[in-house]
Amino acid sequence: MPGLIAKKIGMTNIFSDDGQVIPVTVLEAGPCKVYGLRTVEKDGYEALQLGFGSKKEKKVNKPQLEVYKKLGLVPPRSVKEFKNFDIAQFKVGDEIKVDVFQPGDKVKVTSNSKGKGFQGVVKRHGFGGVGSSTHGQSDRERAPGSIGASSFPSRVFKGQRMAGRLGGKQVTIRNLKVVKVIPEQNIIMIKGAVPGAVNSIVAINK
Amino acid sequence: MDKIKELTAEQMRTDIPEFRSGDHIKVHVRVIEGDKERIQPFEGDVINIRGSGLAKTFTVRKISSGVGVERIFAFNSPKIAKIEVIRQGRVRRAKLYYLRNLSGKAAKIKNKNDK
Repeated sequence: MPGLIAKKIGMTNIFSDDGQVIPVTVLEAGPCKVYGLRTVEKDGYEALQLGFGSKKEKKVNKPQLEVYKKLGLVPPRSVKEFKNFDIAQFKVGDEIKVDVFQPGDKVKVTSNSKGKGFQGVVKRHGFGGVGSSTHGQSDRERAPGSIGASSFPSRVFKGQRMAGRLGGKQVTIRNLKVVKVIPEQNIIMIKGAVPGAVNSIVAINK
Repeated sequence: MDKIKELTAEQMRTDIPEFRSGDHIKVHVRVIEGDKERIQPFEGDVINIRGSGLAKTFTVRKISSGVGVERIFAFNSPKIAKIEVIRQGRVRRAKLYYLRNLSGKAAKIKNKNDK
């Protein structure tokens, strides 16, 4: 049950063998290098620490840069931990490629969603809005409605859904299907949409 | 985006002739019935072309026994056996949705080369 770090390239369609159109997200997945091992003895759990891409040396702070130098690896753009690898088979510096995925696999995709800014309750929580646009009403079409009762309880309950910041949060989508894998180009195509903007970092878990 | 173009290039059709909105075309569609495959033509006017790359589609409208029928095809679909351009039409816009509200002679598209 491995995983990889990927970069979102964009969306397109492809045709299946029987001529059906499949909407796909194209991701550049890996190659990822092993930057560290988490073991039960040392850390209490098992995981592989994978790094993806590269970053300018001056963008990394000096203590961190020394860590990478000691490993003999370039500073990565992103480091994430992945569970469910058989860690006994890996050592630091090993490369993991996109061929850990096969077409037909179900994957779990995690990424930061696009920030939408301050949004009202209709967009943010799917409220229906209050009023109609006619019958003398004004400015009530996208309103939240009542947010509480009267003298009892004389307050608004905690957790009441209201307007506020939307997006820019970590979002995970499960059970997305892998449609196509091109190992030579490190490309993986996943059916449907994946959270985040183009060029953002995405974690794919099998 | 160029990367996507590169990746979808192998599925792009290059054998489809050029046509525009207003043209009268005949689309030969592969239909699978049971385990047999046959070709079914669909003839009508192109009223819409949209999208780019593999996602490009076009809409063909015809009048079938008095009822308007529209069908949307994917431009690069492997289900299209071939496309014949029968007439080129003279139209002044790209989306010919106004034809839906017209009938009879008013819904006829003039030939491109007619004066």
